[in-house]
Amino acid sequence: MLAKRIIPCLDVDNGRVVKGVKFVDIRDAGDPVEVARRYDREGADEITFLDITASSDNRETIVHVVEQVASEVFIPLTVGGGIRTVDDVRRMLNAGADKVGINTAAVFNPEFVKEAAERFGSQCIVVAIDAKRVSDDDEPLRWEVFTHGGRKSAGLDAIEWAKKMADYGAGEILLTSMDRDGTKIGFDLKLTRAISRAVPIPVIASGGVGNLDHLVAGVQEGEADAVLAASIFHFAQYSVGEAKQYMADRGIEVRL
Amino acid sequence: MAQTIAVIDYGMGNLRSVAKAVEHVAAVADRVLVTDDPGQILSADRVVFPGQGAARDCMAAISDHHLNQAILDAAKHKPFLGICMGLQVLMAFSEENGGTELLQLLPGTVRHFDRDIADSGERLKIPHMGWNRVHHAADHPLWRDIQQDSRFYFVHSYFVAPQNREIIAATTDYGTTFTSAVATENLFAVQFHPEKSARDGLTLLRNFVQWNL
Repeated sequence: MLAKRIIPCLDVDNGRVVKGVKFVDIRDAGDPVEVARRYDREGADEITFLDITASSDNRETIVHVVEQVASEVFIPLTVGGGIRTVDDVRRMLNAGADKVGINTAAVFNPEFVKEAAERFGSQCIVVAIDAKRVSDDDEPLRWEVFTHGGRKSAGLDAIEWAKKMADYGAGEILLTSMDRDGTKIGFDLKLTRAISRAVPIPVIASGGVGNLDHLVAGVQEGEADAVLAASIFHFAQYSVGEAKQYMADRGIEVRL
Repeated sequence: MAQTIAVIDYGMGNLRSVAKAVEHVAAVADRVLVTDDPGQILSADRVVFPGQGAARDCMAAISDHHLNQAILDAAKHKPFLGICMGLQVLMAFSEENGGTELLQLLPGTVRHFDRDIADSGERLKIPHMGWNRVHHAADHPLWRDIQQDSRFYFVHSYFVAPQNREIIAATTDYGTTFTSAVATENLFAVQFHPEKSARDGLTLLRNFVQWNL
């Protein structure tokens, strides 16, 4: 049976890992290569880099990061952040990324997803959706797609948008709940389940993980195909290996 | 002795990972060449044939690079490792793109997973993406030091159905039991990505680099 995937995510700014990764056994916790190697050793199923470099002048730094990591770490690598053109996609794939995450650019130009999937294959196109609940408590649940770090609604229903992106050739959906991101209270399980059931492609749940039970719930209740987390792994609160063992003990198929 | 390992580049997908992984396991003196030159492919000691993308695009790219003959020749005469589309295009015919003629080295077809496959009541997503178990159907030098039913990384929507079941080197379950590796005398081809399958993937590549016919 196919294993559920556990994916640590690293924020990279100007070629350095930020949000304070803390490992006692790592010499330079800001070095993406060292951190990626460590996650690989612990049994991560994939690694995702989110490039948060603000200045476009420094965009090249992520290319070098990907090149270095891909020369040493032999598991799938995804790169997101600032992917806006077919050329951006090509550059990342040539650097050694296996998949690219497309977020804002998909909202502003859905055809870009189609074009990228046709050119490079659906297997490398991950559409990242930042969703936020917009329904009131007494209404049926409804979520919309947000941009600008969750500040602006794109006026799109998240479920319809996910379906459309799958039709346009996305190979996977990276779904982040903007209500939960950074809260450590767990995934928005209803959102995750609604999207996972609506699309034929794999869904990666993201946003809100604070403990290992949250990862279990993401798979069992959220019906996610993969779970992504950042801080619980960075601060060595749990290792990826511990997370997988915990999930396996609760009946989830994982790669141990 | 130093050897030359050619990684065939026909413009379909990123070969950097494959080349890097092969370099990682090859001897220091070995040369790993990423090439679309039929001459270099013919003179190499071993050949790795990766690939991703749609069947029709792959076949067109192989033909545009005038590689049909060099690939078939290498696949018949020297240690040859096909990966993902590099396995699929060796077959006769694919259902993909409304029907695509392939290289016809191995009798059999390439089929799409059924749309409504399930396992224990759970609806299975397509593409088949992630780490799944590879069940060795037979002993083979390329399985050395790799445990039965180890997990490898897959990403595909089509799978091969070889006519000659004797060439099946491994199977994997995903709603159906499909062929995830084939082997002939000098050829080994896999549906999964050894270059992305962590330690077991590197072990398989090392076994290939050291494979003596």
